[in-house]
Amino acid sequence: MAHVLSNGDTVLTDTGAEHSASRLGALDPRVRILAALAFAITTVALDTLPALSAALATALSLLALSRLPAMPTLKRVAMMDGFILFMLALLPFTVPGDAIFTLWGYPATWQGLARAIEIGLTANAVVLTLMTLVGTMEPVTLGHALYRLKTPETLVHLMMFTIRYIEVLRQEYLRLRAAMKVRGFRPGTNWHSYRSFGYLVGMMMVRAIERSERVLGAMKCRGFSGRIRLLHDFRTTRADALFAITLTAILLALIALDLTWR
Amino acid sequence: MHIVDGALSNPVVIGGAVAAAGGIALGLRALPLERIPAAGVLSAAFFVASLIHVPIGPSSVHLILNGLAGLILGWAAFPTLFVGLLLQAVFFGFGGVTVLGINTVNIALPAVLVGLAFRPLIPRSGPAMAALLGGVAGALAIALTTLGVAVSLMLTGQEFLTAAHLIFVAHLPVIALEGLLTGFAVLLARKVKPDLFTALQGTGT
Repeated sequence: MAHVLSNGDTVLTDTGAEHSASRLGALDPRVRILAALAFAITTVALDTLPALSAALATALSLLALSRLPAMPTLKRVAMMDGFILFMLALLPFTVPGDAIFTLWGYPATWQGLARAIEIGLTANAVVLTLMTLVGTMEPVTLGHALYRLKTPETLVHLMMFTIRYIEVLRQEYLRLRAAMKVRGFRPGTNWHSYRSFGYLVGMMMVRAIERSERVLGAMKCRGFSGRIRLLHDFRTTRADALFAITLTAILLALIALDLTWR
Repeated sequence: MHIVDGALSNPVVIGGAVAAAGGIALGLRALPLERIPAAGVLSAAFFVASLIHVPIGPSSVHLILNGLAGLILGWAAFPTLFVGLLLQAVFFGFGGVTVLGINTVNIALPAVLVGLAFRPLIPRSGPAMAALLGGVAGALAIALTTLGVAVSLMLTGQEFLTAAHLIFVAHLPVIALEGLLTGFAVLLARKVKPDLFTALQGTGT
């Protein structure tokens, strides 16, 4: 689904590395979701730099195992780093402690630097694992797996509808933008641009609700009775058990490492 | 606007997760299956709209439009915006896992509040008045979101105080922009399809 960010023309059914015969792709989606969750909670609980570095190393090895194209994935993670860089850069100056150097009268401290690195490592490790374990799933599979993990049915249906229509509405958005472009619209910082963008958003909402009326009509026509069935069934195998045991061992090792360095 | 994993203290993260779960549960109660298609397609529309980059000076910002989501969806904005954030985290790597709860609260709670306050007024007023109300709602929602992010950071520790202040100040132009765009969006929708603001109504708790 990542193509939504770039302007690639992949369709929703083509996403995910499920088709590539990767080791992780063969695992039960439920196991992958739970593994990502366990990894996230453990990593957030870690406090020391060696343990957090080990966590990031684990995430990178998972990325290698998943056969996900490494460069685009790392680039996406770097994009997130761009967002938080500002906050991290401030930390050395706001955490009290021993000064490294002084900038315009504000001392930067070792403690603050350590805190910034800790946050950076945690965020990267967790997001990377999430993208390799869960982000490689077919979006529809994710919905089914969440349902099997006892997520409320209504929420799963809402998610499935969202997944289904993101690509459809993105195409509609691109059509509207193309229509604006042929009429000479060039976005800038001015009243006209903002009014045009506002109308664009309003039009997208109007078209979305009208589309949903047609969808509901079509569903009723085919006997929609207020229940939607989710057909996917999953089976855990020995590979899943092996993966779960390995990951648990790694997480315990991370916690042990954290406690010895504290 | 996304807070990442590891930045916030445990009480803030856990509090956020609990509050988000409560909000999602309340929002789902406002959504019978009959209205799932409408909420789902609108959810996709908001997801796509949040990827639009709007130029502002030499830079550009992407939209959040949680005010508009609240005006159209009411309580249902809570699960809808949660789904958007979940998909963004999983497939784009924006945000994080443990902070999903607090991020949802920061974005969806202002949407619901603004929806409760302004949604009933929109169908009753003329297009110009509706646009004005929409603009106020859009600006207010994003201001509350920014405030929420700042408060989450401040509750975590004193060291984030400066960052929290700067985040709020840096977002002032974004607040104005979101208000303006939401106002125009409401103006158009109010003229073309007034039902948009009542389609999911009568369902609020």
